[in-house]
Amino acid sequence: MSSILVYIESLGGQLPKSSLPVISAALKAKSVLSINTVIGVLIGGQGTDEAAKLASEYGLDKILFIKSENAENYMAASYASVFAQIAKDNNSTLLMGPASSKGRDFLPRVSEILDAPQASDVIEILAGYTFKRPMYAGNLIAEVELEGDIKVLTVRTSAFPQPEKLSVSEVTEINIPVLKDENSVFVSYDTVKNERPELGEADIIVSGGRALKSKENFESVMYPLADVLGAAIGASRAAVDSGYAPNDWQVGQTGKIVAPKLYIAVGISGAVQHLAGMKDSKVIVVINKDPEAPIFEIASYGLVGDLFTVVPELIEALKAAKL
Amino acid sequence: MKKIFVPLKRVPDWQLKVKPSADGLTIDQTNLKWIINTFDEIAVEEAIRIRDKGVGFTEVVLCMIGPKEGSEQLRSALAMGADRAIHIITDEDIDSSQATKILAHIVKRDNYDLVIIGKQAIDSDSGQTAQRLSVRLAYQQASFASKIDVDGESLTVVREVDGGLETLKLKLPAVVSTDLRLNEPRLRSLPGIVAAKKKPVEEIPMSDIPDVGSKKVKVRKLSVPPSRPAGQKVSSVSELISKLKEEKLIG
Repeated sequence: MSSILVYIESLGGQLPKSSLPVISAALKAKSVLSINTVIGVLIGGQGTDEAAKLASEYGLDKILFIKSENAENYMAASYASVFAQIAKDNNSTLLMGPASSKGRDFLPRVSEILDAPQASDVIEILAGYTFKRPMYAGNLIAEVELEGDIKVLTVRTSAFPQPEKLSVSEVTEINIPVLKDENSVFVSYDTVKNERPELGEADIIVSGGRALKSKENFESVMYPLADVLGAAIGASRAAVDSGYAPNDWQVGQTGKIVAPKLYIAVGISGAVQHLAGMKDSKVIVVINKDPEAPIFEIASYGLVGDLFTVVPELIEALKAAKL
Repeated sequence: MKKIFVPLKRVPDWQLKVKPSADGLTIDQTNLKWIINTFDEIAVEEAIRIRDKGVGFTEVVLCMIGPKEGSEQLRSALAMGADRAIHIITDEDIDSSQATKILAHIVKRDNYDLVIIGKQAIDSDSGQTAQRLSVRLAYQQASFASKIDVDGESLTVVREVDGGLETLKLKLPAVVSTDLRLNEPRLRSLPGIVAAKKKPVEEIPMSDIPDVGSKKVKVRKLSVPPSRPAGQKVSSVSELISKLKEEKLIG
């Protein structure tokens, strides 16, 4: 009997909110494609058992996890070979995972190991193994059909809802060895300390562009705006390239794809590749002094004005509105 | 005497808006302008810089899979300073798995030590070929590179990942895929363009490559995404605040 295998990304003993929509996508695939079983898979080091327990509350049929010292630091080759092995052992015909930096890195390896076709960045699951996905930086939406015994997907998590808590599934530890290759060594992971919500999880995102002109301005204008709204901070490619914000904050086709309830774009002109990363946000507010900036075309509310006066005014008004 | 292999894809210019063709199966071919895939151009630049460091790499070889007309983009990449090129000629639109099989065949034939390739093509946006190639060749893998340091037989690669930057150390041979911030590709110089005209390009019909397999990712329909409902201009911060209150986005 065939099954769907879904990779659920854990972080220590935690399941970040952004790693849950892939469960909704897997359950959707189960009903659309009439496959009996969906199996969730977690791979990691310490705490993976705890994360597996958390993942078991969303109505998947089974949760399998691998907890290994060798999986503490993510490596594409070892994660891919373990995941492909689990797929073989469970006769899985549809394999999926998030289009996160890990999913985009190791799932194409799984596809190659199993000689399977892959659809990347899927936003909708249709009948007949046909999937909707953006192409040409989101300028076109394609319906692609995958042919073959095994098919692989990466899923754009912002296109699927958070899963509901349903029946609790059985959680099983499996002991497939995670091999280390001495020819690929993990050296370090440098993360930017960030007290604010993650981009992939935030209900509100405030995002700054080139018009902020410097790192200092970016900090003095955007940070207080984020803080008053409890928002995550994003940035345009131009702002990241100029060093105003860390690379991990980039919103766009080649950065993070987001769809929050509210997206406030400050001093961003609206290059195609930026729009591709945020145009599915529910409400988009644009603050820009150039009334011709292309980003106004997708704004729900546009305010033409100098960001250096408008944003401080907005912060004061938001503080007042909270009282 | 190590060699660097850089696969290239010819893609429609991102500055021109693409439209679906009448049958919805491909894109409208009228008035298309073709360029080298943005990420592959970064790969060419990085390969040339590594060769010119004098750390044991002596040759940068480009490889394009595509129609005869792609030679224009291939010559343009040669003009950046690559040494020679291989052109696998086909009019077929292939998928990532097929591209991987073709590229792997050439890498095995010529024994390249390092493959540098764009992390995705900006037309199909699939982002699979680098990782697939690494598996097929049993080469080490580092994707989404924003910095590459070469030291004899090993590479130190900084990768752009969720949450920050990751550093890996790989032994050659390896496949590295490029992210945007790796470098800024150089402009072509006139002597470079002239020299490129004389550089060797080996043309191979795709039918000469064994075991390419069949296409398993089939585009059934291309369409323009629904546009957002028209928004409105607000004239002041207080008007904006009242709109956000109406939307129940703020208290």
